[in-house]
Amino acid sequence: MTTTPLDPRAGAGGGVSSRRRQRLTSQLVAWAFIAPVVLYLVFFYAYPLVRNLDLSFRDYTLASFITGNADWAGLNNYIAVLQDASFAPAILNTAVFTLGSILFQFAIGLALAVFFFRRFPLAGTLRALFLVPWLLPLLVSASIWSWMLNSESGIVNAGIQALGGPQINWLTSPQWALVSVLIANIWIGIPFNLVILYSGLQNISADVYEAASLDGANAWQTFWRITFPLLRPVSAITILLGLVYTLKVFDIIWIMTKGGPGDASTTLAIWSYRLGFGGGTPELSPAAAVGNLLIVIAFVFGLIYIRLQRRVDPS
Amino acid sequence: MHITRSARIVAATVIGITVTGTALTGCSSSPSGSGTDGASGSAGGTYNLWDPYPDRDSSSAWAQAIDACASELGITIKRTASNTGDTVKDLTTAAPNLPDVALIDNPKVPTLAAAGLLTSNADSGLDTADIQDNILSAGQVDGKTYGVPVGANTLGLYYNPTVLSAAGIDIASVTDWASLTAALEKVVAAGKKGITFSAVGTEEGSFQFLPWFWGAKADLTQLDSAAAQPSLQLWTDWVKQGLAPNSVLQNTQGTSWDEFKTGEYAFAENGSWFQSDADKAGYKVIQIPGEDGGAAPAPTGGEFLTIPVQKDAARYATSVKIVNCLTQGNTAADALGYVAPTKAGQDAQLKADPTLQGWITAVADAKPRTADNLGVKYATISEQLYTAVQNALSGTSSPADALKAAQTAASH
Repeated sequence: MTTTPLDPRAGAGGGVSSRRRQRLTSQLVAWAFIAPVVLYLVFFYAYPLVRNLDLSFRDYTLASFITGNADWAGLNNYIAVLQDASFAPAILNTAVFTLGSILFQFAIGLALAVFFFRRFPLAGTLRALFLVPWLLPLLVSASIWSWMLNSESGIVNAGIQALGGPQINWLTSPQWALVSVLIANIWIGIPFNLVILYSGLQNISADVYEAASLDGANAWQTFWRITFPLLRPVSAITILLGLVYTLKVFDIIWIMTKGGPGDASTTLAIWSYRLGFGGGTPELSPAAAVGNLLIVIAFVFGLIYIRLQRRVDPS
Repeated sequence: MHITRSARIVAATVIGITVTGTALTGCSSSPSGSGTDGASGSAGGTYNLWDPYPDRDSSSAWAQAIDACASELGITIKRTASNTGDTVKDLTTAAPNLPDVALIDNPKVPTLAAAGLLTSNADSGLDTADIQDNILSAGQVDGKTYGVPVGANTLGLYYNPTVLSAAGIDIASVTDWASLTAALEKVVAAGKKGITFSAVGTEEGSFQFLPWFWGAKADLTQLDSAAAQPSLQLWTDWVKQGLAPNSVLQNTQGTSWDEFKTGEYAFAENGSWFQSDADKAGYKVIQIPGEDGGAAPAPTGGEFLTIPVQKDAARYATSVKIVNCLTQGNTAADALGYVAPTKAGQDAQLKADPTLQGWITAVADAKPRTADNLGVKYATISEQLYTAVQNALSGTSSPADALKAAQTAASH
């Protein structure tokens, strides 16, 4: 059933002015529908980003928040950050932390996904248990890791020493601090990889495996010749999403080592926070500069992700 | 059935306007309640007080002291407690909707005052004539005083008499660093543990290190001086030789105290706030020895009751009354476990508990961290100092190199 338009002029049709008005109204309608999203983007994405850029190009002090005045500093904050003694270790730690996390999270997540894909009793329950790290608040997991790795009273050292090993200062020695936070982060990231790769496995047609087994392929060959190549699109997306997540990891490291000792486990995210709020005199503008560098790095990976996804999904 | 087009237009417009309106009002309305209740200045109305004691709930002595003052003054005091590490950040981001009264850790007072967040006592009308000078000086910047100390605490050297006597050590023999280290070696040789403290990479780490730093007659303006090096060397050697546990690098003063309470440790550097806990366990306390004997100056701890800047200056009168009410008759100091900041207050506390004498003496000997005209600069120096402690104790660099790097970073 069709209702006739209520507006008699619209019903008359034909006139140029009425058609133009019609187009105008429909444009207004379009804008009204878009307005909430646009406003949301402006207030919660564009404004903070612009504000952070502004912060990094000025010389902000605590007093600036009261007076509202901050001198223009141009690129000085960026230059100071690049020349800082903490810059090289922070970049290196960020790279090691991110790549190390991704490598192990992906490898272990894939191994578990393949393992659980062979249906066996209790597989569902066990798989659900592997999700626990994902469900726990990061504050809880990081605190528990921090207790377990305590030099004096941690359960890990108790175990090692019971087996006759030495005391390892997991969180307090420059050699081990980054390894410790890396281990904790790998543990936290495995479920994400497991879930995505498992769903990827489900999309591989059983026919292919059947054909392979008819051709006499063994398990190893099946994995490297069929599973791995067919998982490639899903793998690429998992790894890239993981990269963007891991680059900005803050809470685990801050709770476990505060980036220390010294700069031993300081990543860009930790460094930015430490400059801005970590104690001492708040250096908000350099902190914003470091934050922006981090955004640029994440942005590059984000672009690669979008590119890849377009290739995977040409529609 | 089709919905008519104009009905769709109406619906879309309504949604659009509603969301736009909500977003805009959400942005323009001020989040903090200060000054919005209309009753500002006069008796009645709501006043906001921020403190760094999230562990004290509404049934604590502190919260009850606030409630008592609120009913005495006929106002409502809304208390907000947040982590002490976040004070500067919270106050900065709250501007210009600051609370009426804020409790601020004393070394942060100059930083916040210099930023223009606090009113000076001359402007607000707070009276500090009775306050002990060395405690009050932490809140002085450029000849102006900001706020009133709620009380003071400081650090001492607790010891476990059971562990000491088992190792055959007389506490009277511990008078300087050499004799203390000798005692630690004896205790460890006897199968117990030496000393625990907090060398964590935060302000707490600097606070705990200062008695040793000052005890070597070193000066915060020259972190890498020849006088300073032995103090960091002492701590580094203790950790390296197993006289202090490696966990000191992560210990807060709270976790360090937990370690001490295992009963395994002979000594613990910790604050006067654990005195009642120590009494229960039978631990005793002495003043921290200087390098060559005598008591080392320990830093004063404790918060200042400050009055942050308000748009409506009429509110100060009541804020001052709140501060006076809380400091009167040691209400706040007793509730928070501090030594009172006034002579009269200390006498009253001593009458109630004569064992406090040691701590009252220690507070009188103590020195504010921002003293020696450091003021705002202390925050930067302290960050470098605890970083140097972390680097040396973790073996990242030698004590001398760590202090040299700290001085370079602090002075640039």
